[in-house]
Amino acid sequence: MTRFSAFSLFAKALSGHQNWPEQWPDAAPKPGYDAIIVGGGGHGLGAAYYLAKKYGITNVAVLEKGWIGGGNTGRNTTIIRSNYLYDESAHLYDHAVKLWDGLSQELNYNIMYSKRGVMMLAHNVHDVQSLQRHINANRLNGVDNEWLTPEQAKAYCPPLNISSDARHPVLGAALQRRGGTARHDSVAWGYARAAAALGVDIIQNCAVTGIRRDANGAVEGVETTRGYIASKRVGVSAAGNTSVIMHMAGLDFPLESYPLQALVSEPIKPTFPCVVMSNTVHAYMSQSDKGELVIGAGTDQYVSYSQRGALHIVEHTLAAICEIFPIYRRMRMLRTWGGIVDVTPDRSPILGKTPVKGLYVNCGWGTGGFKATPGAGDLLAYTMAKDEPHYINAPFNLDRFRNGRLIDEAAAAAVAH
Amino acid sequence: MILIHCPYCDEKRPEIEFANAGQAHIARPLDPSGQSDADWEAYLFIRANPRGRHHERWRHIHGCGRFFNAVRDTVTDKFETTYKAGEPRR
Repeated sequence: MTRFSAFSLFAKALSGHQNWPEQWPDAAPKPGYDAIIVGGGGHGLGAAYYLAKKYGITNVAVLEKGWIGGGNTGRNTTIIRSNYLYDESAHLYDHAVKLWDGLSQELNYNIMYSKRGVMMLAHNVHDVQSLQRHINANRLNGVDNEWLTPEQAKAYCPPLNISSDARHPVLGAALQRRGGTARHDSVAWGYARAAAALGVDIIQNCAVTGIRRDANGAVEGVETTRGYIASKRVGVSAAGNTSVIMHMAGLDFPLESYPLQALVSEPIKPTFPCVVMSNTVHAYMSQSDKGELVIGAGTDQYVSYSQRGALHIVEHTLAAICEIFPIYRRMRMLRTWGGIVDVTPDRSPILGKTPVKGLYVNCGWGTGGFKATPGAGDLLAYTMAKDEPHYINAPFNLDRFRNGRLIDEAAAAAVAH
Repeated sequence: MILIHCPYCDEKRPEIEFANAGQAHIARPLDPSGQSDADWEAYLFIRANPRGRHHERWRHIHGCGRFFNAVRDTVTDKFETTYKAGEPRR
């Protein structure tokens, strides 16, 4: 692996940047591994990296049915925050935010983590009360979050319309300054490159078609489109397709998969300094370093694996954006797309063991998995290496839907789901 | 936007007239106190979430207001059929 540095950049510039080697090899599957990760998105690649780096298990394969980072990792709106209401969630998401810090250096790959702040708008009295409750709960958990008046919000984000006769009046906002964005593709590539350097095989175009179990019911390997691969430890990190994979092991999961859409505008000069989320009218936006406004819309109302959503969902979001940020009314949108998100009944993820020995799962991140990428990868790796959950992900077990210990972020709704 | 056939109105209408009401043919337990935790989990939370043929409920909320069932392919989003509530699973 070529180590990236100012010197390597300069040296390669002398030859016209023609001689960069591939960043990691396109591996072919071996007959068996110590651990297999199903799903080559940020979460799965992160898990492989931490298995090799922190837990010394380097004979690992990541199986991706398409190409690396071509699923939800490359389709999200790249927002990072940890301002969730419940203690369990605050610990889980803040674990990830702490890992985002320094990740570029750790991976020797610029993931462009930008702590530009995530601002959530309050449009009515209920929003004000809910956001202030979140702020207080967050602070008790050591997660930064602060209240802004409409004027302070406007100062932080000048395109914001705070006039009193606005369609969606702004009564205040909650600001998490440590929140922000990162370059989503770089996260996948950075983890893939670093994991491959530690000996992990990254296998693309390799869809899992079956899970083979021994006489005692424990996992002994996976059937794939590229042949059978043996492994007594299989971690599934397949987002919207988790239910499909779990059915192969005879498990029914409390998940439903929905299309979630996002869109970007034509690129413009820097005008939008932070991330703004408006949960009530369901619009959220930031500006990428390329200059595009990156806008997140809502999910469709029906279960689907189509990776495209309905136009009226996008229309609804853009109507809200035009009201809240009138300066963008004449912008043209460049592209829209959809990703399939796996949603749990309580809108909290499932991360831990399953009833099948040797089968582990990381799923249910719903509409907000990107922010958790390093944390989810680390915790899945820990759970697979020790065969028991870390205390941070222990509450996010599958049993909670049976024993009733839900972590109901759906009701707490940091975002309208 | 998809077009949905309402079996009561007998018309194909745009999706925005309808509300999706989740997986179909999930029967509420007749003896709630006799249910185990696992039964409740299955009834409340476990969903088929298939990649392919899906039985689901819709409500023609901005039309006749009635619930009906549908079979739709979740990969293509194409409706195979819609039928009135109470009719057997297709």
